[in-house]
Amino acid sequence: MTGNMLLEITGLTKAYPGVVANDGVGFSVGPGEVHALLGENGAGKSTLVKMIYGLVKPDSGTMHLMGAPYTPPEPRAARASGVAMVFQHFSLFEALNVAENVALGMENPPPMGQLSARIREISAAYGLPLDPARLVGDLSAGERQRVEIIRCLLQDPKLLIMDEPTSVLTPQEVDILFHTLRKLSSEGTAILYISHKLEEIRSLCDRATILRGGKVVATCTPREKSARELAEMMVGGEFTTTDRAGRVLGTTIFEVAGLDLTPMSQFGPALKQVSLSLRAGEVLGIGGVAGNGQEELLATLSGERVSAPGTVRLHGQDISGLGPNDRRRLGLQGAPEERLGHAAVPNMSLTDNTLLTGTVRRPLTRKGFLDMTAAKLFAEEIIREFDVRTPGPHVAARALSGGNLQKYVIGREVLQYPEVLIVNQPTWGVDAAAAASIRQALLDLAGKGAAVIVISQDLDELMEIADQFCALNEGRLSPPRPTEGLSIDEIGLMLGGAHGMQEAGMQEVAV
Amino acid sequence: MITLIKRPTPSKGWSYATPIVAVLATMVAGGMLFAALGKNPVEAIRVIFWDPLFGANAAYFRSQLLVKAAPLILIASGLAVGFRAGIWNIGAEGQYIIGAICGAAVALSVYPAESAWLFPAMVIAGALGGWLWGMIPALLKTLFGTSEILVSLMLVYVAQNLLAYVAFGPLKNPQGYGFPGSRNLQQYPSAHNPELFAGTGAHWGVMAAIVAVIALYILMHRHIAGFRIRVAGEAPRAARFAGVVPARLVVFCLGLSGALAGLAGLFEVSGPSGQITDSFNAGYGFTAIIVAFLGRLHPLGILLAGLLMGLTYFGGDMAQLMLQLPAAAIQVFQGMLLFFLLGFDVLTNYRIRIGGARA
Repeated sequence: MTGNMLLEITGLTKAYPGVVANDGVGFSVGPGEVHALLGENGAGKSTLVKMIYGLVKPDSGTMHLMGAPYTPPEPRAARASGVAMVFQHFSLFEALNVAENVALGMENPPPMGQLSARIREISAAYGLPLDPARLVGDLSAGERQRVEIIRCLLQDPKLLIMDEPTSVLTPQEVDILFHTLRKLSSEGTAILYISHKLEEIRSLCDRATILRGGKVVATCTPREKSARELAEMMVGGEFTTTDRAGRVLGTTIFEVAGLDLTPMSQFGPALKQVSLSLRAGEVLGIGGVAGNGQEELLATLSGERVSAPGTVRLHGQDISGLGPNDRRRLGLQGAPEERLGHAAVPNMSLTDNTLLTGTVRRPLTRKGFLDMTAAKLFAEEIIREFDVRTPGPHVAARALSGGNLQKYVIGREVLQYPEVLIVNQPTWGVDAAAAASIRQALLDLAGKGAAVIVISQDLDELMEIADQFCALNEGRLSPPRPTEGLSIDEIGLMLGGAHGMQEAGMQEVAV
Repeated sequence: MITLIKRPTPSKGWSYATPIVAVLATMVAGGMLFAALGKNPVEAIRVIFWDPLFGANAAYFRSQLLVKAAPLILIASGLAVGFRAGIWNIGAEGQYIIGAICGAAVALSVYPAESAWLFPAMVIAGALGGWLWGMIPALLKTLFGTSEILVSLMLVYVAQNLLAYVAFGPLKNPQGYGFPGSRNLQQYPSAHNPELFAGTGAHWGVMAAIVAVIALYILMHRHIAGFRIRVAGEAPRAARFAGVVPARLVVFCLGLSGALAGLAGLFEVSGPSGQITDSFNAGYGFTAIIVAFLGRLHPLGILLAGLLMGLTYFGGDMAQLMLQLPAAAIQVFQGMLLFFLLGFDVLTNYRIRIGGARA
């Protein structure tokens, strides 16, 4: 079999102090094959691909690339052998422009002008619009990922490793990317594809290797399995779906009308005439590609930025000019997308981090003086109720994995029983089981009568928990549509910025 | 090859150990410096650190220790609040000068009237002067986005020129036979900041320093306001999320550190120094920056660091006198302390691994 396989791995083991990240992992990828790596966070997918990419050295086991022994001592060697990787977390310099960033990742970069032309060419060919002259610091998460993808495609790789590449794309963009990947695959480029999105894997991938606890638990052809079967193989047990039944919608409690906001950065999006309203018990899903005003919307609704009088109302009271803590006092809480450095302070303990948002609605202070015992109890309550995996509340936030920290952040806000909760990307980079528990917690909160706004790029997630759906595109919010009966194509059009078409459609209805 | 590996959680042990390690490293490197100058390094270190506390005349020096340490501790306490928040007031020296000028001006303007209200009024004027001098970088930063580091530092030189002007001009002693400098406030009972307990050196400034250390502890470690200040320094976006208004924080921190530096100046001019002269300032405002960092920006640490730096002040004087060390050598010595401290600080957040391939 060795002769015709592109990459062959046997008995790969890597142990870190206290945990065996990979335990005798073996699988193979043929030329032109699209191969999925499936598994929960912590299952060992990252360690595995880092070994293939030369970032981590295995303790034991062998790898063969095109029949020859393959032991990349560093990523440069991996790239020279034809292995490229698009990371989930970007490694870009904000102060440099797109072309300069791409050049930094190349062994022998061509002159800038030529490189810019190549970037334009590839970005046009693969439907990833990108201006080579723009500063990366001004790009959204979605655009930054395009830089990473294009950087890899420029290297003309034999094996392309992609770590959750679609999380920042609209359905139409996903289609274009898949088209690209299939084209690459037909040209003989193998793709190692990591994703939590099971439907994606079913439509794209030829084979799947499923990891659990650092071991390969199954290899299958994803098309022959249902998404549910795949999920159950991943978590090794029955998979619970969220329960959205039994909610009663109350009166309108939260209203936004005619909200305008100037951009926060030079190239950032402005909010333009955003209007929405929420009833008690309702979940509003706001979809859209990152960088279209999500951060700005959350900042304005949570009170980090104030807006013109009369634009934001809670229970009829104008709260447009109030800061975050005044809004919390009135029952409005928020959870920003960036967990480290925005929703939590990296170097502070989980106990300290409760004080960030919890002092208004929880008795964590007495006349402004900190009650550290109460804060510790609150942190322990969050850890217990939201199944945060950590040695204890004394641990620094930065030591937690992304999924666990997200559970902590959501738990901290939910356990303050807000009347309105606004969350941005609540399950980004979170494993399936944790994501399901976060979604259930949001639904349970709504079940108790809170209004919940979920801003997310994961459309499946929004379809699963939201009652109403809006698209945020270039700072404009579309009118809400009930999620029941809404097709992915319609959503795609809403996200694609087809405002003219919508207006035309509405006129037709009016006529 | 030496590799730095980030620790998952900052090391508690190293955060306490680095000041001690830094002091020891400074003694070794300082000893080498003194040896290069042709002095016996062991003797030099002994003269600076040991003799003032335990040698001949130790009783006098020990009383001087509080006099030197008090302004350092008072100023460093104010600076620590801003440094925690990531607001860098480098101009405490200037605020110290202006505080002294304002306080002294109040006293000299009513000379020779005696009143129990005079000293409190001087204290307020001193604090207000320092506060105002701190407000200049604060307002320029909040209104125009200027760097408070540069503006506060440059204002030190403005303050020094103002000091020279008043010492030769408006505040000059009319009965001073033409010598520059103001009347001596030590000879003006209502305005004098006396030694409160004989032989200890403790004047009102020492009391103020003790109060400042306690207040700093309560603010930074027991109160939500201090928590938010710490968050602002650690993660500015998280601070805004927690309800901190950045502009207000800038005004508060520069105002507070300015006022405390002004107070230190006032207590100095009305007490140990006694008069405004063009060379009145002794660099306390700059040394306090070292004190703040050497003390881990923590109240207890600042107290100990202030005493240590106070020691090097007159230990340095002794070394100049007895060993003919140049004054600059002592300043290099003090600077080395900050250098080593910041260097060893890396160990709080990183582990060092020497040699070996990447795992």
